[in-house]
Formats: sequence, structure tokens, C-alpha cells
Amino acid sequence: MSEVLLKVENLNVYYGMIHALKGISFEVNKGEIVSLIGANGAGKTTTLHTITGLIHPKEGRVLYKGEEITRTPAHKIVGMGMVHVPEGRRIFQGLSVYDNLLLGSYSRKDKNEIKENLEKVFVQFPRLAERRTQLAGTLSGGEQQMLAMGRALLSSPELIVLDEPSMGLSPLLVGEVFEIVKSFREAGKTVLLVEQNAKKAMSISDRAYVLENGVITMSGDSRELAEDERVRKAYLGA
Amino acid sequence: MDFINALINGLSLGGTYAMIAIGYTMVYGIAKMLNFAHGDIIMVGGYAMYVTLLLVGQPIVALIAAIVFCVILGVCVERFAYKPLRGASPLAVLITAIGVSSLLQSLAQIAFGSAPKMLMAVQISGTVTLGSIHIAYYTILTLALTVVIMVAMTLFVKYSKPGRAMVAVSEDRDAARLMGINTNAIIAITFAIGSALAAVAGYCMLIKSPTLTNTLGAMPGIKAFTAAVIGGIGSIPGAMLGGIVLGVIEAISLSIPGLAPFTDAVEFGILIIILLVKPAGLLGKARREKV
Repeated sequence: MSEVLLKVENLNVYYGMIHALKGISFEVNKGEIVSLIGANGAGKTTTLHTITGLIHPKEGRVLYKGEEITRTPAHKIVGMGMVHVPEGRRIFQGLSVYDNLLLGSYSRKDKNEIKENLEKVFVQFPRLAERRTQLAGTLSGGEQQMLAMGRALLSSPELIVLDEPSMGLSPLLVGEVFEIVKSFREAGKTVLLVEQNAKKAMSISDRAYVLENGVITMSGDSRELAEDERVRKAYLGA
Repeated sequence: MDFINALINGLSLGGTYAMIAIGYTMVYGIAKMLNFAHGDIIMVGGYAMYVTLLLVGQPIVALIAAIVFCVILGVCVERFAYKPLRGASPLAVLITAIGVSSLLQSLAQIAFGSAPKMLMAVQISGTVTLGSIHIAYYTILTLALTVVIMVAMTLFVKYSKPGRAMVAVSEDRDAARLMGINTNAIIAITFAIGSALAAVAGYCMLIKSPTLTNTLGAMPGIKAFTAAVIGGIGSIPGAMLGGIVLGVIEAISLSIPGLAPFTDAVEFGILIIILLVKPAGLLGKARREKV
């Protein structure tokens, strides 16, 4: 049995009168890529926002490495080793690429560790090294996604939470983004991935959960789930 | 040479406006609110100087005491008046700020009475004469303080960790939280810096004209807000530029006999023209509102 890194129990989240998450539970084990798939409005982003503390649930618990973080504010969670790459990348457009990366290391105190992480990111994303002094807002969509992921790596994360990393990118770049996600696992990190592109997401993940209208309706091994008739019809366009 | 004299006076007056405008613009950028009590912090700083002068008699000690007192006051106002309204409608926050402004003015009146206090000990008189150009010592001191503050603020925002965090919070508060930035702490730091600068601005006003009343900060507050809008609200270089532009316009207008009585109208008229041509202000970025 592998070590459980993230455990979500019976999450219930409301937006005013709208019951967005209706008691969802799942877990992410160390070293896995777990994907969360579902249609628009199923509650995928809400789930991620609740896990990383941007919003707090009405009921339920979030445990990271066995420690309860349900009400922990977002800014403290990064320092615990879980980083969230938000939907739409949300890079700081008016700051340079380099300053964006440095902000990624905000929760880190060790100067050497930050320097090492920076060097690793520049090796993995040479385009960011070339454009380090450029304003982040002038980067292309693909480069901005690389920056958002590079920035996340600067926090020395164990668990990387990715929200729609391939959104709005050309097919070529989509392939590249998924390769990067795979590289995170190879580097010993754990990934929780939310994707519209269910086919690609299931092809690289170990396990998957299907979210429909705030409820997890199916879960299991990604390869087996991809064979499931209902999943194929609803999400894989087959 | 009248024009050069007016220009130099304008630069120093503009420097004072810029110091106040930086506070307005930073709070707007980071806490997304218009702190209409900001001008009254200047006035409170003035009374802090007055009390310190009674006790110690040293203008420099009085200035330091005013800075410390204003920082504490600014942080407390944010903590107890504005923080509980985080996420409330902008109108509620605006009305609260106006309430804080009138509270501070009234408290000062209760504590010190309505008669003006004269801070003769801080007043700086004397001029340097270069040919036909006369520069008052207080003008030189104000200009020097302005330059130091502008350079320090620029370096702080660009190269320090809290400075970078301030820019991040002003661009995207949630993304900043995801970086590990404690946005409440950054907002408190913003109010602290703004209030310290307001105290220095108050000092620059009182060395020139040492009359202190409980409405000392009202008009400079409005002028500095205008300066922040001219420069592009939310932009620190914009506040600096807007302050200088407004101060120079005011001084030049005052030096032209026919125009002098209409100086305020000239200033606000120029605000209107600039906003018609560049609605986001001189250095402001046109932002699309998220729907």
C-alpha cells in the first residue's frame, strides 16, 4: 500500500444557495498522477480551490500528509509542499519572467535551494531563461503556461495541483504540456490534474476520478476507466 | 525669472503631493479601495509633532514621533475599520473611509480645540539667492526628501521581497496567495508605508507654513488624490509624476496674477482634460473589467 499524500473526505461546498460539491471524497498517493475529469461546471476547479485553501468548505475535511488543512489559509499551504497552478495560468503580467519565478519561491527561505530550483527550471524550460528579463505578459500562451509551471516548481513542491494546463494551447503545445506533467512524476513529485482534455489526461495518469454535478460518479485505474463505455461516450468522444 | 521661481516652488509642492499620492495609489492598487481618510493622517501627524514639540522641543524628534504615530494609526485604521469589510461592496468601504476621515478630524478638534496651533519650532525660514532666483530652505529640504523617498520607493518595489509581493497582490490577489504571500500582512505594510509618507508630507507642509488645524490634511488629500488619478491610480511612478505635474501647474498658475484666484479650477480642469484624453491616467494601464 502506497503512502497517501492527500486525502479529501466528504467535501461539501456552497456558493450562496448553489451546492457546488456534494460530499466528494478521494485520495492521491505519493508518486501518482491522478486526474480529475468532468464537464464544465462539474466542480473540478472548486475542488482544487478548496484543497489549496482559496475557499473553505461547509462540511468535510482535507488532509495533507495526515495533517488537517481544511481551514488553513492558502498562503500557508504552499510552504507545506502543495502548490496550485491555477486555471488560466494567472502569471503576473506586469512583472518580468525572473520576478515571477522569484515570487514562486516566496515560501522558501533557503537561498541555495532557491538558486538550485531556478537553475533546474531554466534547464527544463530554456525559453524562460532566454526571456528572463521580458515582461511575463508579452510571452505566448505556451510560454506563459511553462512560466506558471516553472513558478510552481520554485516552491519545492511534493504535490503539484494543475488546473487545465492545456487550455487554449495548440495541439503541439498540448503534447508538450503533458510531457512536462509526466516529467514531474519522473522527478518524484505527485500530481493532481484537472483537465478538459480527458483523453490525454487519462493517457498519462495512474488513476482518475470522474466528477459530475458535484459528485464523483466513477473512479479507478485510468487505463481501465478509459475502456468504460460510459466514460468513452461522455468524455472521450468515442 | 518669476517662471523659474514658480517652477522650483512647484516641484517642491508637487513633491509633497507625490508623497501623499503614493499612499493613495498603493492602497488603491493593493487593497482595491479609496482611502479618503488618508489626508487626515497628515493632520494627525501634525498634532503628534505638536505634542512632541511641547515635550521635547526638537523638530527632528517630532518628525520621527509623527512617523511612528501615523504608522501605528494607519495600521490600526486598516485593521479595525477596513479589514472587517474585506469582500464587502466598494460603496460600503468608501463610506467607512469618509467616516474615518470625519472621526479623525472630530477627535482632533475635541483633543486640541478649534484654534490653530502654531508650530513655530518646525518652521524653516531663510532663502538662498542665486542672481534673481530665490529658493527657500524649506523648498530645498522638501525637494531633497522627495528625491530620497522616490528613489527608496522605486528600489523597494523593484528589488525587495515585500515590494515584489506588493506588486503581485495588486495584480492578482488570489494568485499571490497561491505563491504563499500573506495578503493581509502585505495590505498592513502598504498602510504603514503610506502613513509614514503622509507624516513626512505633513512635515513638509508645516516647515513652510506652521499653522496646524484639524482640517490641515483635507485639501492636500484631495489634491493628492487628483494627482494619483492624473498619474494613473494604482501606479506608483504615476503618483510621483501626477504629484509633480499638479504641483508645478498649481505654482505656475499662482504666479500669474490674472490666473491666481482660479488656481483650483485650473488644476481640476486639467484633471478633466487628462482624463478625457487618457482615461486611465498618464501612466495607468487601461484595464478591462472582468465580467
